[in-house]
Amino acid sequence: MATNHIVDARAIHKHFGTLHVLKGVDLKVDERELVFIIGPSGSGKSTLLRCLNRLEDPSSGSIMVDGIDMLNPKTDINHARRRIGMVFQSFNLYPHMTALGNVTLALRNVAGKARAEAEVLGRAALERVGLADRADHTPGQLSGGQQQRVAIARSIALEPRVMLFDEPTSALDPELVGSVLEVMRGLRESGMTMIVVSHEMGFARNAADRVVFMDDGLIVEQGPPAAIFENPTHERTRAFIGQIQRH
Amino acid sequence: MSGWDKFVETFFNAKVMWKYLPDILSGMVVTIELALLIVVTGLAAGLALALLRSLAIRPLNWLIIFVVDLFRSLPPLVIIVLMYFGLPYAGPAPSGFVSTWLSLAFVLMAFSEEIFWAGITSIPKGQWEASRSTGLSFGQTLFNVVLPQAFRLTIPPLTNRTIAITKGTALGTVVAVTEILGQASSAMSNSYNPSPLMMGAAAYVVLFLPVVVAARWIETKFAWKR
Repeated sequence: MATNHIVDARAIHKHFGTLHVLKGVDLKVDERELVFIIGPSGSGKSTLLRCLNRLEDPSSGSIMVDGIDMLNPKTDINHARRRIGMVFQSFNLYPHMTALGNVTLALRNVAGKARAEAEVLGRAALERVGLADRADHTPGQLSGGQQQRVAIARSIALEPRVMLFDEPTSALDPELVGSVLEVMRGLRESGMTMIVVSHEMGFARNAADRVVFMDDGLIVEQGPPAAIFENPTHERTRAFIGQIQRH
Repeated sequence: MSGWDKFVETFFNAKVMWKYLPDILSGMVVTIELALLIVVTGLAAGLALALLRSLAIRPLNWLIIFVVDLFRSLPPLVIIVLMYFGLPYAGPAPSGFVSTWLSLAFVLMAFSEEIFWAGITSIPKGQWEASRSTGLSFGQTLFNVVLPQAFRLTIPPLTNRTIAITKGTALGTVVAVTEILGQASSAMSNSYNPSPLMMGAAAYVVLFLPVVVAARWIETKFAWKR
């Protein structure tokens, strides 16, 4: 299947028992594109994101990422995941390792780098998120914003083709959000393809190429940020945008 | 003779103690050998079972849970007696030493499996997800991310349980193992004096107090700054 899209998900359905969370979602993402996914809680945005790297197995549908058929049982999923970075709401840093240890674990065990080379690459990744001087700190010694930036470094050190962000700033104190968005903006400028589930509307407005609005397991509408925020076509989108902008 | 002198004469009789000191010392050697064997094999088997259980193969897990619950509920003495007096009817006839070792190792295996398993399951799902999302396999995640954190949580309950079960080596007396308590009680009946029992008690303290101190040291060493 030839495709120009780096992510090409089609007709994704996901059931959790009797709960039908995704009801046939199509999502195509171009290389270097930044796609924002918004929607009320329970609309399936996180589940969609987690299906893309198979943290969740979709009930049906097809997912191609960077030319790899993610749902083919013959696909080496660990190899494929190396190319798909993911950043979580709760950071999920390994508390028993230093920042550098967090960043180099996959470099050594998945990318097969020797310790010395992994540490050079790891330090470079920490440098990119502005934390070169925190390499030897453990997560417990870092602020939330710093922890999330280490988590980003952990992903980008593997040179992923796509980055998935699952509410990366939701667990942060307001004054720490900026530093994480700053790093994300830098990634965007370097040409990283990014899919972001988040309600940081200001960031979406000036950084996103496209905003996707999901509700009740379906994509309701999508388009450039200005169109979605200023002139939503659907009543549900309008109601949602109205609600979040009131705050 | 005052009451105090009588007490010392009875429980801390120097002549008796000196005479039976070699017996108590040889009992200590047997107890140390038994305890080391029990700890090494019991903990290794317990960890192996917990790792097998994490593979989530259902029929296998039912079997593991059955075996673990069985050995946790049986009194260790019953297992030792069954193995020493009962097993010969089925063929193998383990010595008293081997019966005590294997019985207590099974009990430690059962309890430590539960402790290791509780440690593994207490690690948040997000740790697994973060690791798997960077391409680490199930096994790599288990050994690099989950177990190091789980071990830290399991050290206090594990040392408690290990000490309690290794003290059970005293049960070896019933199958003629010449460990500390066995030596002390035969010395007591030979000398008509309980002083050897006091020596035995002292021997246990000498053996296990360092273990308790070492356990504390390990706990602090494995703690990390949150």
